[in-house]
Amino acid sequence: MTTPLEIGAGETALFWILAPISVIAALGLLFARKSVHAALSMIVVMLIAGVFYIANEAPFVGIIQIVVYSGAVMMLFLFVVMLVGRDASDSLIETIRGQRLATVLVTLGLVALLTVVVGQVTWGGAVGLAATNTETGNVTGLAYLIFGRYVWIFEVSALLLITAAVASMVLAHRTRLAPPPNQRAWAARRFREGKHLAGLPAPGVYARHNAVDTPALLPDGSISELSVSRVLAARSQVASPERFADAQDEIEREIEEGSER
Amino acid sequence: MSLVNYIYLSAILFSIGGAVVLLRRNAIIVFMGVELMLNAANLAFITFARMHGQLDGQVIALFVMVVASAEVVVGLAIIMAIFRSRRSASIDNANLLKA
Repeated sequence: MTTPLEIGAGETALFWILAPISVIAALGLLFARKSVHAALSMIVVMLIAGVFYIANEAPFVGIIQIVVYSGAVMMLFLFVVMLVGRDASDSLIETIRGQRLATVLVTLGLVALLTVVVGQVTWGGAVGLAATNTETGNVTGLAYLIFGRYVWIFEVSALLLITAAVASMVLAHRTRLAPPPNQRAWAARRFREGKHLAGLPAPGVYARHNAVDTPALLPDGSISELSVSRVLAARSQVASPERFADAQDEIEREIEEGSER
Repeated sequence: MSLVNYIYLSAILFSIGGAVVLLRRNAIIVFMGVELMLNAANLAFITFARMHGQLDGQVIALFVMVVASAEVVVGLAIIMAIFRSRRSASIDNANLLKA
């Protein structure tokens, strides 16, 4: 029988500092209003989990955790948050009445159950992986297991990954029902409808400023709504053209005064 | 400190993940809750491997990661497809199969 494992003061301190942070970050996932904030707290939880793996004498799995989970998987999550839109926030209406209270009760019950069950387990003291890790090395030992005892699971997981990749491509694929309109088709449509024959008005061009978020001014001085993209209007990111127009007037006035001098 | 503390932490994280799945309406956050539960299970596996002095737990944790990444890819593609057709990422809106 090997000697029981002694856990040093360093690892104890590491645990008691990082474990509360990871629980707080996990609660942030529960309470965050925006999905980006939830994703960021999830990254914190995953990084701390990676540190715990390394502390638990699993350096290979810890580094894979940091690279694959907090690197690739969370990047994918943030990418989807970006595509789905930042305004995809939660509604706070309960769909099923009493669901929130029931969830809190179930969660507390689960914590109590797991804690009591784990607390009652008797076991013969931790062995530790130091002997195994020095005997073969952590990565080599894992390789012996993956390509030895668990080689069948390894093959099946390869199959699973290929299926998942193909499935995601099929799900994300969108077939066009009609060919995309080209310039000729747009022009033909404009003339058929008889509106905006020369195209929509361009955004405003002023002496000191021209950008797509600045609307053009009509001859009577009012703003042309058609000259800015309606996406910008929906985000209320349209700039006011008045100050540029005023600046332009001032420049013209100064030039006029200078020529009279 | 005993190694059982890691198991307690894993139990707490797993329960929080379950609460996230049950409470949140946004499909992306629900998915992150599932990931949190898988991570908690992985922490328990890694700790068990150290308790017993055998590397099998670490191998199982690696396979859990493989399955989780496959699940994330397919799940996020489904969320994207639903969002594209219904302009919503709320799990309450996808009730097409409701009787």
